[in-house]
Amino acid sequence: MATATLQRPRAPRWSFVDAFLWAFRLVVVVVVAWGTVGTLRLGRYTGEQWLDFFVFGLAQGGIYALIALGYTMVYGILRMINFAHGEVFMSGAYTAYFVAAPLATSGFLNRHPLLSLSLLVAVAAVVSLSVAVLVERVAYRPLRRAPRLVPLITAIGASFFLQYAFRGLFGSGFKAYPEFELFKGQWEVFGVGILRTQAVVLASAAVLMFALYQFVMRTKVGKAMRAVSEDKDAAALMGIDVDRIIVLTFAIGGAAAGAAGILYALVFKQVHFFMGFVPGIKAFTSAVLGGIGNIPGAMLGGLFLGVVESVGPALFLDGLGIVAPYQLKDVIAFTMLVMVLIFRPQGILGERLAAKRA
Amino acid sequence: MRKTRVIWAVLVAMVVAVTSWAATYAAPVRMGPVTDEWGVVRVARGQPITIAYWLVVAGPDASLGVDSRRGIEIAIDDKKTVAGHPIRLIGEDSGCNAEGGTTAATKLAANRQIVAAIGSSCSSEAVPGAPILCKQGIVTVSPSNTAPKLTDPKRGPEYACYLRTAHNDLVQGRAAAQFAYHQLGVRRAATIHDGSPYAEGLANVFADVFKRLGGTITSQEAIQPTDTDMRPVLTRIAAGRPQLIYYPIFIAAGGHITRQAKEVSGLENVKLMSADGTFSPDFWKAAGEAARGMYHSSPDLSVEALGPKYQQFLDKHQKKYGEKPLSAFHAHAYDAAMMIFTAIEKVARKDAQGNTYIGRKALRDALFATRNFPGITGTLTCNPYGDCADPKIAVYQTISADPAKWSPGVDPKKIWSMKR
Repeated sequence: MATATLQRPRAPRWSFVDAFLWAFRLVVVVVVAWGTVGTLRLGRYTGEQWLDFFVFGLAQGGIYALIALGYTMVYGILRMINFAHGEVFMSGAYTAYFVAAPLATSGFLNRHPLLSLSLLVAVAAVVSLSVAVLVERVAYRPLRRAPRLVPLITAIGASFFLQYAFRGLFGSGFKAYPEFELFKGQWEVFGVGILRTQAVVLASAAVLMFALYQFVMRTKVGKAMRAVSEDKDAAALMGIDVDRIIVLTFAIGGAAAGAAGILYALVFKQVHFFMGFVPGIKAFTSAVLGGIGNIPGAMLGGLFLGVVESVGPALFLDGLGIVAPYQLKDVIAFTMLVMVLIFRPQGILGERLAAKRA
Repeated sequence: MRKTRVIWAVLVAMVVAVTSWAATYAAPVRMGPVTDEWGVVRVARGQPITIAYWLVVAGPDASLGVDSRRGIEIAIDDKKTVAGHPIRLIGEDSGCNAEGGTTAATKLAANRQIVAAIGSSCSSEAVPGAPILCKQGIVTVSPSNTAPKLTDPKRGPEYACYLRTAHNDLVQGRAAAQFAYHQLGVRRAATIHDGSPYAEGLANVFADVFKRLGGTITSQEAIQPTDTDMRPVLTRIAAGRPQLIYYPIFIAAGGHITRQAKEVSGLENVKLMSADGTFSPDFWKAAGEAARGMYHSSPDLSVEALGPKYQQFLDKHQKKYGEKPLSAFHAHAYDAAMMIFTAIEKVARKDAQGNTYIGRKALRDALFATRNFPGITGTLTCNPYGDCADPKIAVYQTISADPAKWSPGVDPKKIWSMKR
């Protein structure tokens, strides 16, 4: 992030780049406003449908947010993007399938749904945690002092390794997750119908994020993590075992990803070896949107991305007369990423990085 | 500047290689007793004739390609030898996407021993892949590509080596629309495609015919094949209040749509209909109980429609693999293989030592000249653009959605067949 620290020379006149960026901002604002007004004038959707879009987006966003936590925490401490994090998410969900399937066939799953769900979350969290810690030990720790690009490439390698290990072990087809009878259908919340699975996902994601935030802000270990993220060497001088804190960070991020994996399986009911890729990229986008290295930022970024993906195509693109707008869902997501990188490189909640840390 | 020198050397070498290759390609090649513009394959006496498949045999859509590969394997068992040589089958996974098709075709194109290819599974693979094989003069017959544009009269010379035994979706889309309009009595329908040539082509044909019959298309949507959250797009569809959603896509995304459709308010009673791309027990795994009652348009695979030959094929299949066919294109693959074997025998020439020579262009021409070929799927006659099918389309309804009970015709039950 060295560029973020460069002071732009005070130019007396506008440079070409400035003018271009302003024009770009203007175009985006006009297009979005035009599309929104157009859509609302069409009156195609009822208020209830808008609310549905919003809730669907929140549920999807909750999953992004949980995965994004892992990205952001590791970045906060090591200043590296752990690209294998999507696969950490996959490994938890995939392994828990092998617990879920026998539970479902024996009928235990539907007799004790909450117990089974906690069991599945525990299994997924432990597996994801172990995978994350193992990857750190094998792939990242030996490269702690290497140039920044080296661990990044290793992360991509680790990601491929995990994907194809699962493919080799369990085949390239997908596995169908069993369904919880309890979570079928809808609940009425404040007069609004919300799918039970999505309510469960939202509630669990909220609880997990709250717990994590409290852990980082209130406990001694959390304080140590923040210290290491601020200055590794100074933290070591203060008697903090830096390696241990780094392992802990990977472990917590991994456990959150494992839990997210179960929530994902609850909603989408399929797992396969490549399932971590797209959510991983989206979660990374969320982390950058919210301000990478910032925990509330990752949560906000995840929810924001989920909602924009769900509401955006209908709201912005319908009014522009674009047919089949949901094909362009990812375009909206990544356009937003580009916009943030151009206009607010530190993300929504991020602070500018000091020269030393960048 | 050693680096630049190396780069220059590589560039020059590439140019030389390309020109020399182009030179050999343009001029007819003479080898043994055969002269052919596209090159000649020499198969030494006693050596096998190599046929290659490029099908999706891994990943979420593997059932589609494995099903076809089994059809080819049974054809090889039946045929045993071609022009006095045993048959060797090699192959590549083509992934059911454009990148996979390109990779698989490039790998096959590099193998000069390949006489002919069978593939691809998905139309998205054939669009970039077939021209790669054509450039090397390798003729390819697809058992399951159905996108209309692959055999369109305007398809261009780069597809000159491409044929198919699968139906053209102009036929399937029309049949599906007729079923929806006349049989189900539906007047408002929506379509979803995933941007692949197959899905987009089929969804468009369905929409056109449905409108021509007098129905209303409430919206034509598109998604990404990797999407998982379909609720927003389904909510958008719900705003148009359709009675039926036709989504001729593939297994993973099709499963998500099937599961999520009934959860969206406004779509509780909507009828769901998909096509041959999801006609597989794997789709039932993906969609779960939500698949019960939904419709599929697919090739008519019933003994009544195809005759006793198909029953014999099914018996061999059961004996060899211990299960029912996994998808809808095994018989088409069997016919593709048999058509190729017949054409090879027509053009193969032997020299005095008993080695066999096969001219590539001659083989291509022999395949395109196929007339009234007695296959399992019907009597095949190839048109000048590579359409060889004798299409029979039926509509199936899912009863149990239990993958263990998969038995096309019974469950999913055949409920309608196209009038011819």
